[in-house]
Amino acid sequence: MNHTENAAAVHPVHRDDVGARMGMWLFLFTEILLFGGMFLAYAVYRFQYPEQFKIAAMELNTSLGTLNTVILLTSSLTMALSITALQKKNKFLSLVMLSMTIFFAFAFLINKYFEWGAKFSHGLYPGSEELLAKSNGEIVFFGLYYMMTGLHGLHIIIGIAILLFMLVFIIKDKVTYDNHVKLENSGLYWHLVDLIWIFLFPLFYLIH
Amino acid sequence: MANGVIAENNRSFFEESTNRHSGILSWLLTTDHKRIGILYLIAISAFFIVGATFGILMRLELIAPGETLMGPQTYNSFFTLHGVIMIFLFIVPGLPAIFGNFFLPLQIGARDVAFPRLNLLSWYIYILGAILVVTSLLLPGGPVDTGWTFYIPYSVRTGTNVSLAIFAAFVLGFSSILTGLNFVTTVHRMRAPGMDFFRMPLFVWSMYSTAWIQIIATPVIGITILLVMMERLFGIGIFDPSLGGDPILYQHLFWIYSHPAVYIMILPAMGIVSEIIPTFARRTIFGYKAIAFSSLAIAFVGYLVWAHHMFTSGISDTARWIFSFLTFIVALPSGVKVFNWVATMYKGSIDPKPPFLWVMSFIVLFSIGGLTGLVVGSLATDIHLHDTYFVVAHFHYVMFGGTGTIFFAGLYYWYPKMFGKMYNIKVANISVGLFFVAFNLLYFPKFILGYQGMPRRYYDYLPEFTQLHLISTIGSWIMGITLILIFANLIYSLLKGAKAPQNPWGGVTLEWHISSPPPLENFHEIPYVDHEPYDFSLLEKMKNESH
Amino acid sequence: MDQGHSKHEHHTPGYGIYIIIWLVLIGLTSITVTVAGIDFGMIALAIALFIAAIKSALVINIFMHIKFEEAIFKVFLLVSGMTLVVIFLLTFFDVYNR
Repeated sequence: MNHTENAAAVHPVHRDDVGARMGMWLFLFTEILLFGGMFLAYAVYRFQYPEQFKIAAMELNTSLGTLNTVILLTSSLTMALSITALQKKNKFLSLVMLSMTIFFAFAFLINKYFEWGAKFSHGLYPGSEELLAKSNGEIVFFGLYYMMTGLHGLHIIIGIAILLFMLVFIIKDKVTYDNHVKLENSGLYWHLVDLIWIFLFPLFYLIH
Repeated sequence: MANGVIAENNRSFFEESTNRHSGILSWLLTTDHKRIGILYLIAISAFFIVGATFGILMRLELIAPGETLMGPQTYNSFFTLHGVIMIFLFIVPGLPAIFGNFFLPLQIGARDVAFPRLNLLSWYIYILGAILVVTSLLLPGGPVDTGWTFYIPYSVRTGTNVSLAIFAAFVLGFSSILTGLNFVTTVHRMRAPGMDFFRMPLFVWSMYSTAWIQIIATPVIGITILLVMMERLFGIGIFDPSLGGDPILYQHLFWIYSHPAVYIMILPAMGIVSEIIPTFARRTIFGYKAIAFSSLAIAFVGYLVWAHHMFTSGISDTARWIFSFLTFIVALPSGVKVFNWVATMYKGSIDPKPPFLWVMSFIVLFSIGGLTGLVVGSLATDIHLHDTYFVVAHFHYVMFGGTGTIFFAGLYYWYPKMFGKMYNIKVANISVGLFFVAFNLLYFPKFILGYQGMPRRYYDYLPEFTQLHLISTIGSWIMGITLILIFANLIYSLLKGAKAPQNPWGGVTLEWHISSPPPLENFHEIPYVDHEPYDFSLLEKMKNESH
Repeated sequence: MDQGHSKHEHHTPGYGIYIIIWLVLIGLTSITVTVAGIDFGMIALAIALFIAAIKSALVINIFMHIKFEEAIFKVFLLVSGMTLVVIFLLTFFDVYNR
C-alpha cells in the first residue's frame, strides 16, 4: 500500500504564474461580459426613455458618487502599491497598503449604505408605492440602478473577503516576494471592480 | 523527469489516485482529470437517461388526441424538464466535461489540466446545479412549466418554482465557465514540447473554440437569469412590460448566450468526428487547417446570428433581414467540415467499426438537421414554420442526431482507452442500425407534422395528425430499447468484457501511445512531438514500442 | 522546476508610475464631474464615455499590467472587447429600427 506515496512523489507541484494570471484574466472576461449584459440593458432603456432617465437621475447624489469614485480609485492605487512593495521585498509596506485597500473598500460600502438608505427612506426601492407611481422609464432606471450598483457592491464584499485572505497569507509567508501570483490575481480582481465603477459612475450619477 | 527515481509502473489511474484516500473518497476528492471525466460521465449519463424518460413519456401522451396518460399541466412540466435536463445537464456540459476532461490533456501530452482543483470544483458545482434542478421539481409550487427558454412575461407570472430552476441554470453556467477557462489555459500553457498549435489534434481545436464560447457567452445568460430572479422576487421592472420593461430584450439576452451555446453543444462533436474519421479511414485528415479554423469561425459567427430565434417576436425588419443573412454564413464553416470529412474518406481503406458507423449516421442526420436549418433560417419560410414541430424536428436532428450520436460515437471510440475493456462489437453494430431507424421514425414525421401546422409544446392535437404522431411514438419505443442496448453493452463489458489492447483501432494521436486505461501520470515521460497529428506512418513505429 | 520562476519575474514598475496614474485618474474624474455640469446636450454622454474609456485604458494597462504581459493577453482582451461591441451593435440594429 505504498502507492499513495508514489503518487505524491510523481505529482510534482506544477507552478506556472503566467498560466495562473491567464486563468484569472479569462475569469475577468466573464465578469466583463456579466456586467456587459446589464450595460446592454441600460443602453437599450436609456435609448427608449431618455427624458425619464434624466428625471430619475436627479434623485441620485452626485457628491456621494464622486466621493466613492475617488475612494475606489485610491484603493486601486494602494492595491497596486501593495503588490509592488511585496515584489521589492518590503513585506511591511505591502501589508500596510493592503490594509488600506481593505479600509477603502469598507469606506465605499458604508458610503453606499447611506446612499441606498436615503433612497429607501424616500420610498424609492423596487416595488414601492412611491416608485410604482412614477413613469415606466423611472421604474426601469431604479431597477437598473439597484441591480448594477448592488451587484457591484456584492463584488466589493467578495473582494474584501479575498483581500483579507491575502493579508493572512502574507503574514504567514504563504504569499511572498517570489511567490505572489495569488496577490497579483486578487489585485486584478480588485482593479476590475474599480473598472466597472468607472463606467457606472457617469452613467448613473452624471446625467443632467 | 519527475518520476526518475521510481521504476516505471503499469498501474492505471483506476489503481492509483492523487490523494491518500481509497475507495469512494479517492474519487470524490480526486484532482485527476481522467477520474473527473469519469465522474462527469456517470452523472451526465444518469441525467441523460432521466431526460430521455421524460421524452418517452411525453411521446406516450401524444400517441392519441386528448388525455391518455397525464394532464396538461403535467405535460407542460414534462416538456420543460425534458428541455432543462437535456440542455443544461446533458448536452451543454456533456462532451466537453467528459471527453474534454479525459482526452484534452492526453492529446496535447500533458499530465493534467492547468487547474486540477478548479476542475474538481466545477464538477461539484455541476452536481449542486443538478440537485437544485431536482429540488425545483419537488418543492411546493410545482415543477417549472415555462419551457426551457423561461420567456418573459410568463416566467415572471407563473407560480411554479421558476426562481429555483433558473438559479440552477445559473449555477450550471458557472461550472461551464470554470471548465472553459481551465481548457483555454491548458491549451496555451500545457502543450508538450514540439506540439505547436498546428500539431494539435482537431478535437483539441474544437474544445479550444468551445471553451472560448463557454467563457464569453455564458456570463450573459448568467446575468439574464439573475435579472429574471430579481424580477420575480422584487419586481425591478427590467423585463416586466407592465413596469416598463421590454420582454424582447429578455429574448435578445437569452439568445445572445443560447445561440452560441448551440455551438458549445456541436463543436466538440465535430471535433470527435474529425478524430474518428482519419483513424478508421487510415488516412490523414483532408484540409487540417480548414477544419481547425472552421471551428474558430463557427465559434465567431455563432455570435452574430442569435436573433434568428426571434423572427416572429416583433423585432425590427432591419434586424430580421440582417440576422437572416448572417445565419446563412454559419452554413459555410459547417459545410467546410462536412466536405473535408467526406474527402478524407475518399480512397481511404475504411474499417467500418462501431465508432465509424456512429459517425456515418451522424453525417446523415446532422446534414438533414443542417439543411432544414436553412429553411427555418430564411425569414419567409420561418414565418410559416416558427414554433411548429418542424423546428422541434430540426433541432432534434442537430442536437440529438448531431451531438447525441457523437456522444455515443465518442463513448464507443474511447471506451477501450478509458476503461481498458472491449465491448461486444456485434451488439454495438446492431445498436447503431437500430438507433438510425428509431431516430428517423421518431423525428422525421415531425417535419411533416410541423409543415402541416402542428404547433410545438401543445398537449393536444387535431385528429388528422394522429397517424404521424403514432409513428413518432413507436419510434420513441424503439429508441428506448436502443438506448438500453447501448448502455447495457458498455456496462456488461465493464464487468465481463475482454481486456482491450493499447490501440484497438489503430489511432495515432497521443492517447493511443499509452496503455489502456492510462497510468495516473498519463505519460511516463512527456513526449516530444515532431509530427502531424494524423500521420499514419507512425503506426509501425508504435507497434514496436508497445512490445 | 525553475521554469516557472524565471518567467514570472517580469517587469516590475516602481511606485512612482502608480502615483502618477492615480493623479491622472483623479484629474479625469474631476473633469468628467465638471463637464457633466455644463449642458452639452446630445454629446454629453459621448464625452462622459470617452473619459471613462481613457480611465479604464489607464487602469487596464498600468494597474492591471496588461502593458507588461505577453502578447496573447492583449489578443484575449481584444477578443472579449470586440464580442461586447458586436453584441451591442447587433442588438441596436433591432432597438434603433423598431
